[in-house]
Amino acid sequence: MLHATELLGSIAYDAQGNFVGRVRELFIEPADQPNRVARYLLGRGKYQPLVARYDQVGSVAPGTMRLNVSEKALEEYRANEGWLAVQKDLLDQQIIDTGGRKVVRVNDLDLAEHHLNGSVELRVSLADVGLTGAVGRLLQGIASYAFIRRVQGKLPTSTIPWEFVNLIEPDPLRRIKLRVSHQKLAHLHPADLADILEDLSSEERQSIIDSLDEESAAETLAELDARLRQQIVEKLDPEKAADIIEEMQPDQAADLLATLSPETSQELLEEMPQFEARDVRGLMQFGENTAGGMMNTHFIVVAESATREEVIEWIRSNDVDADQLDAVFLTDSSAKFAGVVPMGRLLLADAGQAMASLKSEPLLSLLPDAHVRDVFELFDKYNLRVLTVADDNGSPIGAITVDDVVTRLTVKARYKFK
Amino acid sequence: MAMDREKITSRTPDWRDRVNKWRQRTRGARRRLALFMAVVGPGFITSNVDNDAGGISTYSVVGATYGYALLWSLIPMTIALYVTEEMCARLGVVTGKGLSDLIREEFGFRPTFFVMVTGFLVDLGNVVAEFAGVAASMEIFHVSKYIAVPIAAFVVWILVLRGTYRQVEKIFLIACLFYVAYIISAVLARPDWLLAAKSVVIPSFQLNASYLLMLTALVGTTIAPWQFFYLQAGFVEKRVGPRQYPQARADVLVGSISCMVIVFFIIVCTGATLFVSGHRNITDAKQAAEALVPLAGRGASILFAFGLLNASLFAASILPLSTAHVICEGLGFEGGIDHKFREAPIFYWLYTILIVVGGGLVLIPGASYLKILVFSQVANGVWLPIVLIFIVLLASRRDLMGEYVNSTTFSVIAWVTCVVMIVLTIVLVLAALFPGRFGSVPGL
Repeated sequence: MLHATELLGSIAYDAQGNFVGRVRELFIEPADQPNRVARYLLGRGKYQPLVARYDQVGSVAPGTMRLNVSEKALEEYRANEGWLAVQKDLLDQQIIDTGGRKVVRVNDLDLAEHHLNGSVELRVSLADVGLTGAVGRLLQGIASYAFIRRVQGKLPTSTIPWEFVNLIEPDPLRRIKLRVSHQKLAHLHPADLADILEDLSSEERQSIIDSLDEESAAETLAELDARLRQQIVEKLDPEKAADIIEEMQPDQAADLLATLSPETSQELLEEMPQFEARDVRGLMQFGENTAGGMMNTHFIVVAESATREEVIEWIRSNDVDADQLDAVFLTDSSAKFAGVVPMGRLLLADAGQAMASLKSEPLLSLLPDAHVRDVFELFDKYNLRVLTVADDNGSPIGAITVDDVVTRLTVKARYKFK
Repeated sequence: MAMDREKITSRTPDWRDRVNKWRQRTRGARRRLALFMAVVGPGFITSNVDNDAGGISTYSVVGATYGYALLWSLIPMTIALYVTEEMCARLGVVTGKGLSDLIREEFGFRPTFFVMVTGFLVDLGNVVAEFAGVAASMEIFHVSKYIAVPIAAFVVWILVLRGTYRQVEKIFLIACLFYVAYIISAVLARPDWLLAAKSVVIPSFQLNASYLLMLTALVGTTIAPWQFFYLQAGFVEKRVGPRQYPQARADVLVGSISCMVIVFFIIVCTGATLFVSGHRNITDAKQAAEALVPLAGRGASILFAFGLLNASLFAASILPLSTAHVICEGLGFEGGIDHKFREAPIFYWLYTILIVVGGGLVLIPGASYLKILVFSQVANGVWLPIVLIFIVLLASRRDLMGEYVNSTTFSVIAWVTCVVMIVLTIVLVLAALFPGRFGSVPGL
């Protein structure tokens, strides 16, 4: 095993033992092999630098590198966007540790040696983000390699396997050339990903959101703080932004659009399909601190005369999002709100039982302009999980679920206690 | 609830309309104000913290020794302050990264490490100086430093550990308002305002060593290296993006000017009293406050001391936090008050050491405030050139800054400012280290 920093600055000799130059940079060619050091840049002072390929290296040790070919066999260096430079792109830069779910800075890289008939390939195995790398960097050139190794041996290590390293490359073109995918990030929980994004600079955040699919992007945006969310959406291409917002819950979409400038939010609404846009527009009329501003318009309404079996059948045959299944809302023959059936009761009921007999008591609903305080009070007093919002005619127009309440309360609590 | 609202509505049927109309009419102005208020803070706070314990001492001595003769330097100083701070604000806003982050990414590990280690020592010196300021001002109120300093240290420590960035920022903004104390005490001193105003605009130059040294000290205390890290982190933490750059720049400008306004009033206050009446040999802010009693009244003296206390406490709250932050950021440790102790032990240790050692050194019996101030002054002077050069280099990098890169004209202004600052601070350091050869450093 070799540290990348032990190799950088090493003296390179050719097969005849002649001095060639100093190792100035290590390149990985991710399009070819994700972790192999594919090229070594050999600086030669005032002469044109040369490049040694991975199969031209005979042996490596801290401070020295021996090639298995003569100097004449080496190519001249030409910059290549598709090469990942260890010194420039990795050392001292931030990466995302997808295993530990956080942003860290690379102090050094561990390179594993693979011997193949007469040549030695180096493969990046670990990213050193801890004290060992830091001490190594500090002592390099002051103390001997052996001494540094001895000191490092006594220190606690903190490393990330290369498979868990996700590079942050803000430039989209370069990202494609370097095969940097954010696939690993899409598998993280949106809340974890949101925490990671908060640690990055705006350009880097933007690039990650850009590369996620709409659904993951929508879920992640929903977890971010309002100010960041606004910044990100304002910078997105409007078409992409509209696609992402379309994937969000209508109440979250309305909250988000309300924070944008009127022109931007109008533009985005026009990009969205009419049906979704109408929902969101409707929600945006309500003030932020009202029941209307908290509610969601995706919910299930059935007639109170329906039987349990009919309802279950209807839910199965329709494309219903599991998130909407906290409860089923009932209306009477004149489309007025008539009660709520929690999912638990529906589950336990007999097949033929009428929905009207399953509803929770008392019958509770709020007008959309009711203050959030009233919402909190009702949830607390009756231990609710959902609450209906009904218009002036008594028809249900939205539902507030307990997670909406928790979100609001944590925001408040954060201001108060932390 | 509902009934009340109906009652109100029925009594004044058109109140809603009226409110809405008013809202409509003021919409543009409110939006602009909201945009500015969302960004304001870092620049304003940073510039005001510049007027810390060491600063106030120097300003009072300047006023007492030379009257209004050095007031003309305030305008060039405002420009220097603005030019340097603006670059940091721009770096933070455009890259979304802190200054130590950028130094690490662009210049590598070892330069960062040395900047951080010197930064820690320099800031430790500054923290000691701030607590010395707390001790000195409380002695005017006849409170022993053995009571005042531990209490101050504890208040500072708890404030940051228990507060969020936003709350702390609000407290800091209020602390900025308390600088008004100096304006009032200047008014109480009944100065010749016309003469003071003239002195600001018309440069008067004296070619003698002590005058030049005083000028150097004035500049040196006003621009401290750590403030750049704090300023940039402030904008990054507030997530101010390039679109809000005009507001950020306005914040820095307002901050630079308000900082100098306070300096003006402090110099005028001591100039109108101590200089005029011949008490020209004071050496620090405490003596200035005491000498003010017979000349401008007890009120002016108390306000003067209160201003010193406020400034010292204010800087003592910001410095340790900012330092711990910067070091963790640059060296890649977890940091920030949003983390728990277990998650960010190095951050919390650095923070605690700065406060405990900083406050503790002041409590050593017989500790000389003068020596403490000299040390922190020298340390700042050593650190400033390094930091300034890094800032200008970073802000001149097109690959980093894109369209926000330093323009050629701005580069010239920035380099000239930096070279002048660097030369002045080196002179100050030499004077502080070899007092005999260069004459004594005023204000120290």
